[in-house]
Amino acid sequence: MISRLVDGVPRRALILLGLFLALLLVAPLLVDGYILSILILVLYFAYTGQAWNVMMGFAGQLSLGHSLYVGVAAYTAAALYVHFGIGPWAGVWLAILISVACGLFIGFLAFRFGISGVYFALLTIAFAEFTRVGFDHFDWVNGSGGFFLPVTQYSVNDPLNLRGAPVMFYYILLAITVLAFLFCRWLLTGRIGYYWLAIREEPEAAQTLGINVFRYKMIAVAISAGMTALSGVFFAFYYNNLFPEQIFSMSRSIELILGPIIGGIGSLFGPILGAVVLTVLAESVTEIMHALGYDIPGIKQVFYGLCLLVVIIYLPNGIWPPLRKRLGLGDHS
Amino acid sequence: MSAHLLTVDGISKSFRGLRAVSAASLTVPQGSIVSLIGPNGAGKTTCFNMIAGVFKPDEGSISFEGRRIDGLRPDLICHAGIGRTFQIVKPFKELTALQNVIVGALRTEPDVRVARRKAEAVLDRLGMLDKRDQPAAQLTLPERKRLEVARALATEPKLLLLDEVMAGLRPTETDQMVAVFKELNRQGVTILLIEHVMRAVMALSQQVVVLHHGQVIARGAPEEVVRDPAVLECYLGEEAEV
Amino acid sequence: MPIELVFTVAVQGILTGLVYGLMALGLSVIFGVVRVVNFAHGEMMTIASYAAIVAFGAWNIDPLVAMVPIAVILFAVGYMLQAVLINPFINRPEHSQFILLAAVAIIMVNGLLMIFGPDARNVLVDYALDSIEIGPLLVDKVRVITAALALLIAAGLFAFFKLTRTGRAIRACADNYLGALVVGLNVKKLYALTFGIGSACVGAAGAMMTLLIDTTPNLGPAFTLQAFVIVIIGGLGSMPGALLGGVLIGLSEAMSGLFFAPSAKTMFGVGILILVLLFRPQGLLGRKI
Repeated sequence: MISRLVDGVPRRALILLGLFLALLLVAPLLVDGYILSILILVLYFAYTGQAWNVMMGFAGQLSLGHSLYVGVAAYTAAALYVHFGIGPWAGVWLAILISVACGLFIGFLAFRFGISGVYFALLTIAFAEFTRVGFDHFDWVNGSGGFFLPVTQYSVNDPLNLRGAPVMFYYILLAITVLAFLFCRWLLTGRIGYYWLAIREEPEAAQTLGINVFRYKMIAVAISAGMTALSGVFFAFYYNNLFPEQIFSMSRSIELILGPIIGGIGSLFGPILGAVVLTVLAESVTEIMHALGYDIPGIKQVFYGLCLLVVIIYLPNGIWPPLRKRLGLGDHS
Repeated sequence: MSAHLLTVDGISKSFRGLRAVSAASLTVPQGSIVSLIGPNGAGKTTCFNMIAGVFKPDEGSISFEGRRIDGLRPDLICHAGIGRTFQIVKPFKELTALQNVIVGALRTEPDVRVARRKAEAVLDRLGMLDKRDQPAAQLTLPERKRLEVARALATEPKLLLLDEVMAGLRPTETDQMVAVFKELNRQGVTILLIEHVMRAVMALSQQVVVLHHGQVIARGAPEEVVRDPAVLECYLGEEAEV
Repeated sequence: MPIELVFTVAVQGILTGLVYGLMALGLSVIFGVVRVVNFAHGEMMTIASYAAIVAFGAWNIDPLVAMVPIAVILFAVGYMLQAVLINPFINRPEHSQFILLAAVAIIMVNGLLMIFGPDARNVLVDYALDSIEIGPLLVDKVRVITAALALLIAAGLFAFFKLTRTGRAIRACADNYLGALVVGLNVKKLYALTFGIGSACVGAAGAMMTLLIDTTPNLGPAFTLQAFVIVIIGGLGSMPGALLGGVLIGLSEAMSGLFFAPSAKTMFGVGILILVLLFRPQGLLGRKI
């Protein structure tokens, strides 16, 4: 099984990947709290982008409503913790279960009724929006007023309850991201990965080769939703507050998928690179504007949008595919 | 039950009132090569699509190895042992030639590494091993047609449905393909093909079925069929290649 | 609840819905021809709204008058957008087109935020509070006027597509891209023209909308979503469908505001959308997909 993960990967790629991981491992020792918070954001987007990529990059199903899975899972774990004292590591399973159920429900309706392409994307937005308004009126989690987790002292690390300092969150998230990377590599090199790519490229041809297209699309949605649920749980316990208007919003869904699109859809390292580039870009723009004394709201996002435009126009497949070619790392990873 | 691998019995199909195939019957004996010919719009591809599970026939039945298969989904048809190619090729463009074939090989072999070896063997059989690492999008049309065959073949079908795989090939390439299919047939694969290129039809088939306006108008050995007056009439002015 | 109130609210909802319909008409025309989903549609609408607010604030021009130059400006914006940015993306995958327009939308929303700040703005014309009696019902004058104008513009658009040479040429592009190329139509130019026309619709709708609601930059994404909902309910690419969808959404918003919480109004619209997508994915008046 291990050998399958590294099969066909050039030695240079493994070394670079190892160096990159080592850097991430020691990073908290080298940087201050502000940079650490940015690194956490990078990992958050890298992981969530990876989860979304399973559905879009592998199986070719464009979801613009992934905030639904983040939000539902975040609320599930938070509500279990606040109302029943059930810790996140127990609650995460129910959160995953509910997210997967949502994904399967949407997938079942869409794929059974033959909805695809633009229509599927808009259906996913619609469900996220529907859920947002639903949560706005869901009194058990305080509706639009927002749902809050009790904040403890940062000096006490309690990993079992996900309460503690940012460094703890950083390492937990790093572990999850690494596991997700390996998991996706494992999926992609297996039969299921080939089947997904076939469905992405030509569903009709895939079916005549014996692939149960409906089933494999459903599996993709389930895995993607389940992985995304983990981001939601993390989000709830890291930020300690949840507002339906924020967590379920369409702009949040878009934010989640920009990383993999900029990095390179369908590649494994793309979502990670995309998250790094986007987050660093956004933060440095804020810093520069701040230093120059411009504190106009929105200026950062305008610059952000311009960068997106440039990337999508000049690097249609994202940053990673041309970069990996230049680094001589072959066509995968 | 019989020596017939495939039995198509009186199938019909209409699209918005237009009768594309009307009570067509044909049989494909085990180990044979049968050609389905006819002018454009005769209903050949619709017939194929019903056998391959894309459409369910309005009437009639289709049996494969004595089992009813009409109305089954295309993936189940594949599992039953029927492989097909598309008239308009549908390669997985972003995947390499080898990966394309691996997808087919994975039907019987869940382990990717074993499937890869199998796929290489199939590519080799079709003389495409040197193209293995090229993305399918970069292959020429004849190569894509061959890839289409390789992919179907990798699913280890007992019956291969070939939809105009010779179209657009040069005569020498056609002859190569004919040789490939003869060899496949010798190894035990039964073949049903739709073909316009009579050079290939004559060289390959033991039996020819002629479809015109959705109906079977003639069947028999190739030499007989091409002399059949009804066939000549429906082709008159149609096919320069006859 | 008095029945007059229910009827009044229903009529108001339908009238507002016609303005929504005009906005959605723009989106529908663009998708129907160019086959690109304009993810920046609502943002273009808010740009038009702010233009109307500026015209009123600076020169005291009634939005219903300012509507004309604003539509012209939006036409130019749409034309350029298609000609410069989107035309090279016509054969790119959907997600590429999506991100292109999402980037444009981000720039537009935040550009407005930079210039105008996050606070709500409105236009207060002297007839803003007038009402018109229709039988036993008392209906806002501005809603009647804007709805009538929206219908008029829509009618003009129908006429353009049915009667003029250019309109027919655009429809030919929509029906058969390759065929249009073969007979020598300048498809890219017609696409740009179409995007311009769709943008002009949304420009007019945006100017009128300032009379009905307060404007903030964040309305952009909300209107984009609403335009999607309307257009899919009516049938993506169908022009009468967009108007019908607009009316349905206007009505459902008004009714849900009356019988439930006003904040739940989008839920009903989205609920209708989900039902339509599942049982009639081509939309109420759309052609089969």
